[in-house]
Amino acid sequence: MTAASERLPALAQAAHRPASLGALLDRESVFSWLMMALPLAFLAALVGYPFLYGILLSLQDRPVARVGTFVGLKNFLTDLRDPIFWQVAINTFVYTGVATALKMVGGLGLALAMNQHFRMKNLVRALLLLPFIVPTVLSTVAWMWMLDPAFSVVNRLLVALGWPRPGPSWLGNPALAMVSIIVINTWRGLPFYGITLLAGLQTVPPELYEAATIDGAGGWQRFRFVTLPLLRPIILIVTLFSVIFTFADFQLVYVLTHGGPQNATNLFATYAFDIAMGAGQLGLGASIALAMLPALALLIVALTIYMRRN
Amino acid sequence: MVTGQGRIESIVRVWLPVGFFLVLALFPFYWMAITSIKPNAELYNRNVMPLIVHAPTLKHYVDLLTKTSFLLWTWNTMLVAIVATAISLVLGAMLAYPLARMRFAGAGLIAMTVAAIYLVPQPLLFIPLADVINRLDLGNTLTSVILTYPTMLVPFCAWLLLGYFKTVPKELEEAARIDGASRLQTMRRIFLPLCTPGFISAGIFAFTLSQNEFLYALIFLTKTTVRTVPVGVIAELIRGDVFYWGQLMAGALLGSIPVALIYSFFVEHYVAGLTTGSVKG
Repeated sequence: MTAASERLPALAQAAHRPASLGALLDRESVFSWLMMALPLAFLAALVGYPFLYGILLSLQDRPVARVGTFVGLKNFLTDLRDPIFWQVAINTFVYTGVATALKMVGGLGLALAMNQHFRMKNLVRALLLLPFIVPTVLSTVAWMWMLDPAFSVVNRLLVALGWPRPGPSWLGNPALAMVSIIVINTWRGLPFYGITLLAGLQTVPPELYEAATIDGAGGWQRFRFVTLPLLRPIILIVTLFSVIFTFADFQLVYVLTHGGPQNATNLFATYAFDIAMGAGQLGLGASIALAMLPALALLIVALTIYMRRN
Repeated sequence: MVTGQGRIESIVRVWLPVGFFLVLALFPFYWMAITSIKPNAELYNRNVMPLIVHAPTLKHYVDLLTKTSFLLWTWNTMLVAIVATAISLVLGAMLAYPLARMRFAGAGLIAMTVAAIYLVPQPLLFIPLADVINRLDLGNTLTSVILTYPTMLVPFCAWLLLGYFKTVPKELEEAARIDGASRLQTMRRIFLPLCTPGFISAGIFAFTLSQNEFLYALIFLTKTTVRTVPVGVIAELIRGDVFYWGQLMAGALLGSIPVALIYSFFVEHYVAGLTTGSVKG
């Protein structure tokens, strides 16, 4: 009895001893912030700082390798008076809108086709994902050769099917060049939609289809009233992702058309690159890149909130 | 069920649409492959049937490997991808573990910030970053891309690992804590070894994204000796208006092989990562 009562205060004292460094480091908040300090400092230095510095640059007249002078909103006003800027804006929205719609519809088709029982399904799924995993630049070079003005295999097939020689000028005609970049972006992104939606489809309980069938629903009605509502969250997330990275696309267009012919395929990213790296106007280039910000910020905030909620 | 009608129905319902998507997905790779083994006489002759090879040759591969720096570019690409991936996995785990396990003020805000940074596309940052790299005197060094690739990979790995960490049961860590292990020991010795599949998933994605990166490499690496495969192929196999299509296709094919190999080994991890809905499209 006495021994126990003597020991208790000693224990209590030990528990309250804050002097030990180990105990301090073991606090949840101290441990967490120490652990996160390095990655957070890294991101602050190489994402946060460049982002703010980009805003500062966009307010400067800043030729490459020279000191910038503050010019306020002059660069943005220059953009607004620049007909190419407006064409770039329209191009970017058309490219993003059409490619996203095609990927969504095609991806849903792919997912529905794959959501059946057949042999070698895993192999087929692995092969279908190849366009998405192979480095974009390399597959785009292959497409460039497929659409070559003189030796296009696409045109040779078209001519063999009766199209008048020499066939369409895929990369030389402004409208067709836009069609080409949309097709290639769709080709690359479609497997991502397809396989992600397939995973969503596989979570739909078969009982729901059975119940719908008993209630007299046909194939289209089952798709419309069972499949689509259950897939909606996945479709939304995949689409937001895809829209963000299509909107800010650079490499496909840079490799295939350099934004030509006559700026017909120039997007915000490629135009900002031309002005900043080609013409050496860092300030003006930064202002063009930042013109993407309002639309991107809206999408990023929407998706971040949505991802956090799930 | 192996009636003639059932088989025809399965061909129409399954293999017609699946076959269409397969041909669409794979034809460019087929075209890449056969172009790379056609002699020039065949490549630039409009009178031969183009879909098959009549006189296969390895000349384009030999030229690519002996007359260009392709092997060096491949080495650079690998080195950068591996180091950037390793850095990103470590830093990503350092972010993800506290967010997954600890309660502290500001956790929600940090998680939101990481998710938002993950979604920031490179074209928004490349102009100021180019200036930063210049001022650090890192132009034309592999360090420039090893440092900048993790800006996109760290938030990405953190996000993917966070999702994985939350699926790991807490009991083992709690037991270790009761046995007197510190939080750091618990994390390193007990928790992280349980998370190997999560690290493999995040690692493959980070590696693939590094191999795919083009914009930073294009801006920061302008000398042959430091180039990566995508930039080398674009900048040095396309000389003015002259296209060396045979070599270009050989380079595109060889450049795709490392990613395709890794992918084929870990395809299930890859698909699992994809379908958690947290990958860039």
